[in-house]
Amino acid sequence: MSLKPVKKAVSPETQTFNGAEILIKTLADLDVDTIFGYPGGAVLPVYDTLFDNHDLNHVLIRHEQAGTHAADGYARATGKPGVVLVTSGPGGTNTVTGIATAMMDSIPLVVLTGQVPTSVIGNDAFQEADIVGITRPITKQNYLVRDVSELEDVLREAFHIATNGRPGPVLVDLPKDMLNTVGNYKCNKKVDIPSFKPTLHGHQPQIAKAAKMLSEAKKPLIYVGGGAISGEAWKEVTEFAERLNVPVTTTLMGLGVFPESKPQSLGMLGMHGTWYANMAMTECDVLLAVGARFDDRVTGRLNGFSQKSRKIHIDIDPSCIGKNVDVEVPIVGDVKRVIPAIDKLATPPETSEWWNIIKTWKKEHPLEVPQADDKIYPQQMVKMISEVTEGNAIVVTDVGQHQMWAAQHYKFNHPRSWISSGGLGTMGYGFPAALGAALACPDRDVVCITGDGGFQMSSYELATAVEYKIPVKIALMNNNCLGMVRQWQQLFYKNRTSYSVFGSNNPDFVKMAESYGAVGMRATNPKEMRDVLDKAMKIDDGPVLMDFSVVETENCYPMVPSGAALNEMVESDEEANKG
Amino acid sequence: MSTTTIKKTPKHTLSVVVKHNLNTLSRIIGIFSAKGFELDSVTFASEAEPGMARLTITTRGDEKTVEQINKHLYNVVDVLKVINLTHKKCIERELAIVKVSTAKVGRPEIMLIAQAFKAKVIDITSDKLALEVTGNTDKVDAMIEVLRPYGIVAMSRTGSIALKREFQGAVNIN
Repeated sequence: MSLKPVKKAVSPETQTFNGAEILIKTLADLDVDTIFGYPGGAVLPVYDTLFDNHDLNHVLIRHEQAGTHAADGYARATGKPGVVLVTSGPGGTNTVTGIATAMMDSIPLVVLTGQVPTSVIGNDAFQEADIVGITRPITKQNYLVRDVSELEDVLREAFHIATNGRPGPVLVDLPKDMLNTVGNYKCNKKVDIPSFKPTLHGHQPQIAKAAKMLSEAKKPLIYVGGGAISGEAWKEVTEFAERLNVPVTTTLMGLGVFPESKPQSLGMLGMHGTWYANMAMTECDVLLAVGARFDDRVTGRLNGFSQKSRKIHIDIDPSCIGKNVDVEVPIVGDVKRVIPAIDKLATPPETSEWWNIIKTWKKEHPLEVPQADDKIYPQQMVKMISEVTEGNAIVVTDVGQHQMWAAQHYKFNHPRSWISSGGLGTMGYGFPAALGAALACPDRDVVCITGDGGFQMSSYELATAVEYKIPVKIALMNNNCLGMVRQWQQLFYKNRTSYSVFGSNNPDFVKMAESYGAVGMRATNPKEMRDVLDKAMKIDDGPVLMDFSVVETENCYPMVPSGAALNEMVESDEEANKG
Repeated sequence: MSTTTIKKTPKHTLSVVVKHNLNTLSRIIGIFSAKGFELDSVTFASEAEPGMARLTITTRGDEKTVEQINKHLYNVVDVLKVINLTHKKCIERELAIVKVSTAKVGRPEIMLIAQAFKAKVIDITSDKLALEVTGNTDKVDAMIEVLRPYGIVAMSRTGSIALKREFQGAVNIN
């Protein structure tokens, strides 16, 4: 039974509602179909409005951090902003890791937090936290809405800012009394922020210079990052690289922009990238960086990074250009517009000699997948998932060894199919983000490749997955340890595996799944793994947890050791121990 | 902020026009602490246009650093304009109130120094004088250094404020 306040008489243009109702109306008007939320005292007015509202699909998550990751997964799968609704104080602070994750990876989120009434803000009221202050460095913009008359405009501004320019999270703090106050819903869709006008069209002389450099290059390379995903420029980048016949390497965030089935693909570069991508980066003479930010995991030691190349950098965020690496031709603009503009002026460079070199590298240093019949190598696990899903699934990961193996061995042919915390490296991200992606894309298979460490940081969301019958396939790469931590301890701390091994202290994950009402299955060899995967892919009315016991001692290679240059990769434990 | 400290990196003055709210001010200061940029002084006050404010920021760093600061400032949603006054002709002023002890040398000598800097005496007690000085930061620094041996009891500086000169031609205007 609803106890909603009786609405005042309304004129057709401007209608009167309370703040909570204005909030929900505005969200619906902004095409929000799903919000991830958790109720609490300060947002009770909103939850009361949601009680009999059917415009919005509200997903009750079990922890606000997971809710924020779920909204993030939803955003990465669709390009639409993810929306989170939580209460004041701990509700807000629990979203902080999720917001920082989205900020680092430029993911559009709108986080709505309840706040104590305006009359007691600053008085250390129950469940009060200065969430605007706390999230200032990890949001693109944030607001405290004290007056209901500002609410609608602020919300429209928040969505505009979250999704335009370089996307990012925006937080709107909503005091309880404001939510209860009656105000006008104007349905004024116009958003004009004079101080926020991202540059979209690149500077034409710079574009011409870039086209000339690429046309004259002997050893060109295109290096694509997440900006080509958020800028939805995969088609433009692919056509451009194919026409010019230039090799393409992607960052972790750029996986899926350029199909790995194409001959121009060199796969991922960086710390755990392919040997040939890193060698191409070292040897190229013209480098075109597209929506990438020269992250330290990509460049390795900076003074050994791509020293022979003249560099062109396209980015919508000018502060990304020249931050880590000096570039000769900076182009501030939208990748989707700049790439076709360069394409128009460029002619295919003479690259046959360059391709011969690259083909030799590919032949001599392929990505290895160890094989066995009686045990599962982690690489084998990812490869089998790639085969079973025919490279068409949305793959969501946690952080660590399994993440790098997934990036290396899953053959991505579609954009918005790789969802992973790249910048912040947030463990516990994978499973809730997979739920968000699955809710956003009910027609696609969603596989959450996770580890025994990361999964335990958000396993409680099994309850949400079961409640909403979300058919996420959890492929748990179980090596009973924090694999990447252990790998670094082996390589850089004389094998002193301090607090990184769970051993037999892990729970029984199959029973854990079953206790939530989910399906749990286990495999210890490739044949069982295939059976389990085949069964799991057929389940479409809820989550499946597949506990794959993998070879515990396996390490992730190739690898650029910390502090080394890209061309100083090691490809095995033996090689690493020599260095 | 003593001039005896050797500053290796060049000084830059940035004039930043923003929407007048504390969130913006905090975001701007946050950039300097989060990114490790230097911040010598900052002033924040209302602009002529209602709802707007102007910050004058003095910072230090090479050209590349200042370019990054500039870009990061522009990334703050409520920042409308960033003007780097470093290589422009500008009118720069700072005001300082300096309380000096007169115990060692008596009032006349301190007042002579004040006169030389066109500083005003704004408070007198038996053993102290309070001086008000305005000028560019170098001038204020200079007076403070001259007064230091006599014993500065307390001082308060506004930090630099600056605007671009309308006339950017070659004629030297003091």
